[in-house]
Amino acid sequence: MRTRFQQQIEELREKLLRMGGMSELAVDRACQAYTERDLSRCQLVLENESLINAAEREIDELAFDILATQQPAAVDLRFILAVTKINADLERVGDQAVNIAERVMDMIELPAVELPVDVGRMATAVSAMVRRALESFVEGKAELAQAVLEMDHVVDRMRDEAFIVLVRKMNEEPQSTQQSLDALLVARNLERVADHATNIAEDVIFWVLGADVRHHAQAASGAPATPPEKPAVNS
Amino acid sequence: MGVGITVERLNAFYGKTQALFDINLNVAANHATALIGPSGCGKSTFIRCLNRMHETIPEARVEGAVQIGEFSVYNGTSATQLRRRVGMVFQKPNPFPTMSIYDNVAAGLKLNGVRNRKQLEGIVEKSLESAALWQEVKDSLHKKSGASLSGGQQQRLCIARALAVQPEVLLMDEPCSALDPISTGKIEELIFQLKEQYTIVIVTHNMQQAARVAEFTGFFLLGKLIEFDKTEKVFTNPSDKRTEDYVTGRFG
Repeated sequence: MRTRFQQQIEELREKLLRMGGMSELAVDRACQAYTERDLSRCQLVLENESLINAAEREIDELAFDILATQQPAAVDLRFILAVTKINADLERVGDQAVNIAERVMDMIELPAVELPVDVGRMATAVSAMVRRALESFVEGKAELAQAVLEMDHVVDRMRDEAFIVLVRKMNEEPQSTQQSLDALLVARNLERVADHATNIAEDVIFWVLGADVRHHAQAASGAPATPPEKPAVNS
Repeated sequence: MGVGITVERLNAFYGKTQALFDINLNVAANHATALIGPSGCGKSTFIRCLNRMHETIPEARVEGAVQIGEFSVYNGTSATQLRRRVGMVFQKPNPFPTMSIYDNVAAGLKLNGVRNRKQLEGIVEKSLESAALWQEVKDSLHKKSGASLSGGQQQRLCIARALAVQPEVLLMDEPCSALDPISTGKIEELIFQLKEQYTIVIVTHNMQQAARVAEFTGFFLLGKLIEFDKTEKVFTNPSDKRTEDYVTGRFG
């Protein structure tokens, strides 16, 4: 048993979980800031962005160190590759939270108007996706990750619906165009967070099953394509 | 050109102790196949069954069939005939210490009755070139003994000696385990080039080496072939939990 190596793998897992917690919190705060028009939450999101960026660098450095010194293979190699990709996605989730917070800060300066879109409901769905994607990582369960992939379609539909009703609103009530546009952009930011959660889920499936399910390349069956010239195997 | 190897229900014994259990395996021609596994798993016994070296040990015996190209290894082929077609390189370089570099490479040819000097010179040069040693020794072929070379050079000399008799298969039993990283790198480069002309089976304890040089990898454990597949599959997503535990260092 390679004790030191297993300790490093565990350290990597813990660091990614901490970063996941920070990114998840950033999205939740940004969404609450939107629904409650809360400037202080926006500022918290902005302040914490540098912590997420620092965590991203730390994780990359540790993963790089393990790759360079331990020559991991099989499930360990897949884990480290998955961690580096999830790491990048979590950092982007943090960026999207910042984008939402900045949008909210602009919105607060304008009068509130009634909009025909439930951004709060979309935010709840997106937060759930991020949380479940991280749960699938914590538990190493491909079926949890698979559920996240299915939720992405729901969020895509919400974004499409928001686009239709908000464009209509802009045409009908040009005086509230800025507010409609802000809501539209927030919906787009949320949809991107959902895409990152989807990427995280795909990486968890790759780690656990060794299956590449990106871009619907293959069902998450855990059985990658049989090599074309597979030699005879001992029966 | 290399030829394929087919192994069917191979069992090997040392007296009453069984070392290999029902091994079935196809080695692809002109590819490198690596055999990995913890000490005592049977990988060296297996490779020694391919050129009938196993039977040179008292009380050792083999059951089953091995086909190398059109030759049936255990049915009608003499060990001498076989070893002309199946060269072997060992863990520790073993050049003939009192012979010159030239004579080391020419030894097998002379044993096979080649006497023509021009022909001998041509094959010695070609073999040393194939073993990536010619440039380093061409000016001291007759002056220096095989034993005067560095460890890495000695191992390449042994490879040249094996290539001189123009085998179709080259067996390598941990060929780099006594070498430094630079010499190891040269042997690995060589394996990469040689597989265009030869079928190579390499036993190695170094899993990264298997991953670097071989297209196919077999994992042995307790005398059984647990998994045999494309190298990238074995090292990224093995099918058997025991293979995964071994390549990730969880045991062994």
